[in-house]
Amino acid sequence: MRTEELVSLLARGTEAVDPRWLARRYLIALSAGTAIATLLMSAWLGVRPTLLRDLSVPMFWAKEAFCAALGAAGLLAVARLARPGRRPGWVPMAVAAPVVAMWLLAAVALLTADPRDRSVLIFGQTAGVCPFRIALISTPLFVGIFWAIRGLAPTRLRLAGAAGGFAAGSLGALVYSLHCPELAAPFLGIWYVLGIAIPTAVGAWAGPRLLRW
Amino acid sequence: MAQHAGSSGPPPISSHVAVTECGDVTNTRKGARLVEARLRGLLLGGLAGDSSAYHAFLKDLSAHLRAFLRKRLVNLPEEVEDLVQELLLAVHNQRHTYDPRQPITAWVYAIARYKLVDLLRRRSRKESLNDPLDEEDDLLATSDGEAAEARRDLAKLLADLPERQRAPIIHMKIEGLSVAETARLTGMSQSAVKVGVHRGLKALAAKIRSES
Repeated sequence: MRTEELVSLLARGTEAVDPRWLARRYLIALSAGTAIATLLMSAWLGVRPTLLRDLSVPMFWAKEAFCAALGAAGLLAVARLARPGRRPGWVPMAVAAPVVAMWLLAAVALLTADPRDRSVLIFGQTAGVCPFRIALISTPLFVGIFWAIRGLAPTRLRLAGAAGGFAAGSLGALVYSLHCPELAAPFLGIWYVLGIAIPTAVGAWAGPRLLRW
Repeated sequence: MAQHAGSSGPPPISSHVAVTECGDVTNTRKGARLVEARLRGLLLGGLAGDSSAYHAFLKDLSAHLRAFLRKRLVNLPEEVEDLVQELLLAVHNQRHTYDPRQPITAWVYAIARYKLVDLLRRRSRKESLNDPLDEEDDLLATSDGEAAEARRDLAKLLADLPERQRAPIIHMKIEGLSVAETARLTGMSQSAVKVGVHRGLKALAAKIRSES
């Protein structure tokens, strides 16, 4: 087939592209992913009974804001990297800012605490399981977000995969935070970040394998 | 400068601009900006459903892609036309990923670079990459309307597609029938016809990727 014929073939009878297609795909991926992750969390671990009481604790909101800001940064990164020719731009800053803020909070908490309390602030009661639970709960989000990216055309596959994993991990952490009783900044700055790093690494590994087109 | 005038018909506007102002970098850039604006208008028309604007877009784009690739595949000249066709198919299949706020150069360049690197990786002949691939300004500055013979025959690949994809593509995209006529002729529903065309063209791109 000559190139001219291919051009005619592709152009003939072409239909308008629905500009809302993209938003719809992201919406499906995120709502399904979040719903399944929430179900998984409540069936497996359960929403923490003290959740209502925690609503009046400032650190609870700092934790929610931390996860939500990371999730938003991750989704922005995905939105850019899933299309050809968009550069990451200021996305690395948006990813780093909540982490740096949490580390500052953690430094203040550790410096002002009684030295004997410091290990509790760092390890809490669930340090050993927290990262793995976050990684597991983020799995449905990971699948959803990768499905959404596969409908687009990422050209930097490793980076796009990492962004997808990061977004899934952050939103997974947000879901997990409804179970997790830990509220200390040092704990969140270490174990939550580690929990989000797991799907990020998996995404960076899977990107070149699953996102090719 | 690697401009060639088109052998048949009037050369695309872009190559005309570039040829008359050959050697002057500022004017070449200006030419590329004009091409950018023109191609963007045509693509936006195409995305809104104007098939003649879309045809003009793909036709102009193929000349730019050809010139761009000829310069970069000097050691693999026989690959150029195949890659032009692969890129046109990719641009078409991914046209929903174009963000109207984005320069078209950046979008096309990213697709071209991705497929070019992919090709070279498959050939594992990275040394044939002549230019460093970081100058996207170059993409619309040159144009080459002289198509070589493609080695891969898309018509043959098309014939191998499953019937539910092949028939809608043949009737709609080659014979130019409408969705309704194609549906009547094949006994498929209208939405199945549209899905068939869409999936078929994606499957075609996947076949190209796996065979080479």
